[in-house]
Amino acid sequence: MPWITRGLSEGIVTTRYPRRPDGYGPDFHGTLLVDPGRGVDRATERAIGECPTGALSVVDGQVEVDRGRCVLCGRCATLQPEVFRFDPSFDHSTIGRSALHVRGGAEDEETLAWIRSGLARRTKALRRSVHIRHVDAGSDGSEEWEIAALTNPVYDVGRLGIFFTASPHHADILLATGVGTVGMATPLRTTYEAMPHPKVVIAAGVDAASGGMVGPGYASRGGIGDVVPVDVYVPGSPPSPFGLLHGILLAVGLVGTAGNRGTTGRPGGRADRPRPQGTHPQGPASAVEPGDRTEAGEA
Amino acid sequence: MVSALEDDAFADNAFPAAVADRVEHGARFVGLFATSAPGGTRILAVLARGHAIEQEALLLPAGRTRYPGLAQRVPAAEWYERAILDLHGLEPTGRSRPDPLVFPLRSGAGWPRPTAGGPPRPTDPDPPSPPPSLQGEGVFTIPYGPVRSGVFEAVEYLVETPGEDIPHLRTRVFYKHRGIEKRFEDMSIDDGVLLAERYEGVASVAHAMAFCGAVERVAGVEIPPAAGAVRVVHAELERIANHLDSTVRHVEGAGQAVAFARFSLHKERVMRLRGQLSGSRFGRGVIVPGGVSGAPGLGGAELLQAVDRLEKAIRADCRLLLATPSFVDRLRGTGVVSPELAARYTLVGPVGRASGQHEDVRVSRPYAAYGHLGQPLAEPRSDGDALTRLHVRFDEMWGSFHLLRQAADDLDRTEADRTEADRTGRGTGSPWRNAVGPVSGEALGWAEAPQGEVAYLVELHEGSLVHARVRSASFHNLAAFALAFPHDILTDFAFIEASFGLSIAGASG
Repeated sequence: MPWITRGLSEGIVTTRYPRRPDGYGPDFHGTLLVDPGRGVDRATERAIGECPTGALSVVDGQVEVDRGRCVLCGRCATLQPEVFRFDPSFDHSTIGRSALHVRGGAEDEETLAWIRSGLARRTKALRRSVHIRHVDAGSDGSEEWEIAALTNPVYDVGRLGIFFTASPHHADILLATGVGTVGMATPLRTTYEAMPHPKVVIAAGVDAASGGMVGPGYASRGGIGDVVPVDVYVPGSPPSPFGLLHGILLAVGLVGTAGNRGTTGRPGGRADRPRPQGTHPQGPASAVEPGDRTEAGEA
Repeated sequence: MVSALEDDAFADNAFPAAVADRVEHGARFVGLFATSAPGGTRILAVLARGHAIEQEALLLPAGRTRYPGLAQRVPAAEWYERAILDLHGLEPTGRSRPDPLVFPLRSGAGWPRPTAGGPPRPTDPDPPSPPPSLQGEGVFTIPYGPVRSGVFEAVEYLVETPGEDIPHLRTRVFYKHRGIEKRFEDMSIDDGVLLAERYEGVASVAHAMAFCGAVERVAGVEIPPAAGAVRVVHAELERIANHLDSTVRHVEGAGQAVAFARFSLHKERVMRLRGQLSGSRFGRGVIVPGGVSGAPGLGGAELLQAVDRLEKAIRADCRLLLATPSFVDRLRGTGVVSPELAARYTLVGPVGRASGQHEDVRVSRPYAAYGHLGQPLAEPRSDGDALTRLHVRFDEMWGSFHLLRQAADDLDRTEADRTEADRTGRGTGSPWRNAVGPVSGEALGWAEAPQGEVAYLVELHEGSLVHARVRSASFHNLAAFALAFPHDILTDFAFIEASFGLSIAGASG
């Protein structure tokens, strides 16, 4: 009985995302933005050279960041704050690995549209009820925490028709984490093959995309890409729950990609920053702060 | 003390005898590491006695692959010997060849031995499906994992059972072995911290502190006082988040839906507070060699407010949970780790502290700002069941809140000093970080992770890593996990696992 009143004591704490924007606050390191307007000066070159995972490069005279490698350590932003900076936005999951490469030039929209329409066709039947099978293929353990967080009352993905399932036979989405260890290659492949069609694979985190800090080695394949065919990549080390949620919604065609927003950023104060559509302007979701109540029943 | 192995490995028992002698006279076995050394390979046993670290080393000449094993006299060394065989190809004598643990390979080349030059070539693991250890009517094996129901890290438990009891359990962690120790080689110190944060992602702060502690010891650098306070803040929030995670897994297993919602909400709030402080929900990027990366995202007063709010809400729910009979009954008497077992395996962290092993390196070998912060003495416990471990976790959370409040006060004072220094223009360097030069040498660093003591053995050459050896609390404690099922049945498994609260990433490397 006391648990009932305890459960009701704080009203609704659940986020309204994706219907309403939400996020972790202005200082959250959601992603790395590159200012394309500036040439490649010496400080920028140094920052590129110091990147621990080789996520930065110069392509056609412009700085490019590979979000599939960026572990958000912020070293480049310290060395060259005029070009690199953190942004609190989280909706940077992409369809296809190459779309994680962000720079000044336009992405290959044609290819992307083709891939996207193919994925949309596959996932059309899943939209109202999606079952996810998670497989750890060599994570550092933090990705599992963030995935598990999706079932807490703040994210509560059940409200969106998203469920975790034990059996791969019931799963629509394979949510894989980790660097792709040689030990997990067979279990991961077996899980994928046990899933019915249509199926979608999400690589959650830079470890799954590229191996991240661990990279390829005697025990790691540097990502899961050569074990299972990946459809959607969620950047981040680890990706935040909002980032994961965005990736899942992207996989089933319920949200669009953030596009090339990373390249339009202007340097300057926080107020000057372009506000990504998926990010709350006022900071962290107030509903999560104890004591605050959201307008119950409005949803 | 260094003993060189001259001729016959089988006959030389000086090394195990020396280690066992120290253990019998009150030293605590911390870990066993293999590293390259001039002229061969070094096996290094690290022990702790009160405030002091003790070492015993054995030099194996190049080409020798056998050494006198410790495990018969020091059972806690068994998993270390298995890992050393898998990763370095060095076999302990005096016992049967141990089972593979972290990376079972086909025999042959490609092993990342500490003496090998360059990166090893990729190899395939050869996971044997081992024959059952138990014989008996109706005994069968349930292979539980590596893909398990729910969101878990990959691990396989081979449960040998006649139906209900769990007379024998084998833990197989090699599925997610990532080869991190090899990856450390030749890295810069700054990159090394980032990798250490990912050795055991749920204890990023503790691993980064242990790594940086070793580097700072080599360099002879002290961290600024304000940096010490920031390190404490992040380390204690990490501890609270881990203990809440363990609690969430307990109540989930017991089907307590509201308690699940409440405790996972508390955990989310802690994670968001960590995100506000550092930009990362796991406190990554905060700890750097020589200090911390900068001022925390919240001032001392704001932090204090947030901490008070959290503690009030968490305390109320913990009280209610411990007064919920349908929950407590599942834990009482479940998964008993006797004090004798805990002593034999020198268990650390909450698992050890629930069974009479009270050492906490925050107290015995203080680092960061722990030396001058008042630390509450927790009630000594030794019942060793899952309920006692949960009590220990709750006690530790209250201790963490106590430390957080003091550290927040420290930060408040730092802010005041900074303002004063800025006003008078007498600011002296960074209050957050002291420079670490391109130093050479070897040292041990440690930290009390939420799972228990983490230790890093780091050797540097002119500022870059020669090698790093990691001993995580998860690895150390998981060795005893299989022995915690004396009177328990299959349905107790989830509670015992949750009450150990270990990370497989930390155990498999």
